[in-house]
Amino acid sequence: MKKINRIIERFIEGILTVSGAITSIVMLLIVLFLFKEGSGLFHSPSVEKGYLLYVNSKNIVTDLSTPEIKHIFDSKITNWKEVGGLDQEIEIFRFEEIFNYYSDEELGEDYVLLPEKFAEVIAAQQNIIAYLPEQYAPKEADGVKALATNTISISDFFGGKEWIPTATPSPLFGVVPLVLGTLLVSFLAIIIALPLGLGVAIYLSELAGDRIPKFMKPTIELLAGIPSVVYGFFGLVVLVPIVQDTFGIPVGETAFTGSLILAIMALPTIISVAEDAMRNTPREMREASLALGATQWQTIYKVVIPYSASGISAAVVLGIGRAIGETMAVLMVTGNAAVIPNSIFEPIRTIPATIAAELGEAPANSAHYQSLFLLGCILFVITMIISITAEVISKKHNTNEI
Amino acid sequence: MKKIILTSLSVLLYTLTANAQNISGSDTVLPVSQKEAESYMKENPSASVTITGGGSGVGISALLSGTVDIAQASRRIKFDEKLKLKQQGKEAEEVIIAYDALAVIVHPSNKVTELTREQLEGIFTGKITNWKELGGADLKIIPYSRETSSGTYEFFRQNVLKNKNYANGIMSMPATGAIVQSIRQTAGAIGYVGLAYLNTEVQAVSVSYDAGKTYVVPSVANSINKTYPVVRPLYYYYEAKSKARVQPFIDYVLSSKGQEIISEVGFIPVK
Repeated sequence: MKKINRIIERFIEGILTVSGAITSIVMLLIVLFLFKEGSGLFHSPSVEKGYLLYVNSKNIVTDLSTPEIKHIFDSKITNWKEVGGLDQEIEIFRFEEIFNYYSDEELGEDYVLLPEKFAEVIAAQQNIIAYLPEQYAPKEADGVKALATNTISISDFFGGKEWIPTATPSPLFGVVPLVLGTLLVSFLAIIIALPLGLGVAIYLSELAGDRIPKFMKPTIELLAGIPSVVYGFFGLVVLVPIVQDTFGIPVGETAFTGSLILAIMALPTIISVAEDAMRNTPREMREASLALGATQWQTIYKVVIPYSASGISAAVVLGIGRAIGETMAVLMVTGNAAVIPNSIFEPIRTIPATIAAELGEAPANSAHYQSLFLLGCILFVITMIISITAEVISKKHNTNEI
Repeated sequence: MKKIILTSLSVLLYTLTANAQNISGSDTVLPVSQKEAESYMKENPSASVTITGGGSGVGISALLSGTVDIAQASRRIKFDEKLKLKQQGKEAEEVIIAYDALAVIVHPSNKVTELTREQLEGIFTGKITNWKELGGADLKIIPYSRETSSGTYEFFRQNVLKNKNYANGIMSMPATGAIVQSIRQTAGAIGYVGLAYLNTEVQAVSVSYDAGKTYVVPSVANSINKTYPVVRPLYYYYEAKSKARVQPFIDYVLSSKGQEIISEVGFIPVK
């Protein structure tokens, strides 16, 4: 009998070890996958994959930066002089326009004549810039010159201030506005939620007696079960107009509205974790404090809060984690404008909202797709830094105070 | 006996596959195809039509790999996609089954009720920033756009912005319903939605594509008589070789009954 028990114990032990190992390996693999998919971005050309830019061979410009290309195709730069060329108007040619010049039949079977026709068009106009598919590019033709292509650089990605992933022909992947937006909205949310959450936790564990918490705590925990899209909808319909009217601003979808919603969403987590930590303060410690003549308030902030400091910091970390990773609610109330915020009353775009909104239509393995994975990596690094900091802080507290 | 069973089985299988059709693609066209398929199958009990969404790009790549018979699309087939089909020796046939008109909407209190295409381009590319410049109140213009994944976003960019990029930092909303909601509650807002989403809480703007000579109100009637310019066709694409198989369903969609269903869903019939 003993032997069988021992075998069963061994077996269960084995299962537990294996499941632990599998979980860790899966986590590692997910992180690896994230970084692997993301790292390809820096090998992608800055012009859309499979396409090249061509100019007339008499043009003295040899290469253009990504923002310059965008401004040219948006007609914001209209003269070659502005990018170091001759004083000439820029003529833009997108490859689809070839079908306005020639019919499908004239382009021959399987478009074999297409390169020739492209070359004709480009050679005819000295001030042209053409955006052509590589496969049909007029290589080696007279009067035609390809612009040098760069790959997307690390500094363009991490230092770029514009996020326009669908800009043709050269998309802009600048993450600065997204990172700043995410951090702004999350920290603002914690600043709003922390005093409120701690207050409620103190009330529930110390002041409310026995009967009220029995009813209040489940109600608060129920809040955590509301789907985030419902919070988002509530935010859009109720909070956005309130914020707009109260502060007299032109748009109600702002970073502040987002952080209000996130604060409401983070509250249940903060309250229940912090309250549990406070409740776990041993009765003897409270009684000792009261016996020494301390008032109830003195007991709370000299004994209970220091004792539960690590629990409270865990509550803060979980709250920030919820806020940073929250997608749907933020997507609906922050306006999703990818600009660097000057104040909290401006629309912002967060990293999770960007990934959720754009991954669906980004062609697999394109630069856009890879840039979204890199955004995921950034999000991962941010949350990792936060949890490590919290760990360090709570350890320090424990050794100093108790 | 065995032989008879086998032959009858294979005949049954053949008729089943002959009448079974897969349609996949644009989410905009999805509700139309679903309604059409429902009533088509009611009239032809032997037929089976399966419909899935996923986006125009998804549908066309499924046509490429041969897993669907018809790709539904809210945009024209791209040059690249056409090339890929050609490389596989396939030819895509195109049928326009309906039209979808986009309306530009503003807050009901806005005094500006007419805009030219050039003005719309200026607003959405960020060159015009105040309603004062368009004869309205001294109020900041807040343009709302759809997210980049939407076919509507692409169409508006091609048709109205003439392929220019949207302004940096434009507000982008995840759904058409959210745009209507936001514009309803923001005084300086402007956005674009499908005609079916128009309601009395927002105001539709008349649009001019001839530099201000004639302004046309977005409506079903004006879209049918082709005076309203911001209209996009909705397409079915199928492979030329499978024409015989898909023709009955497409004929049904284009029949007067099928076109009636299209107006019911809120799109504009072809005929």
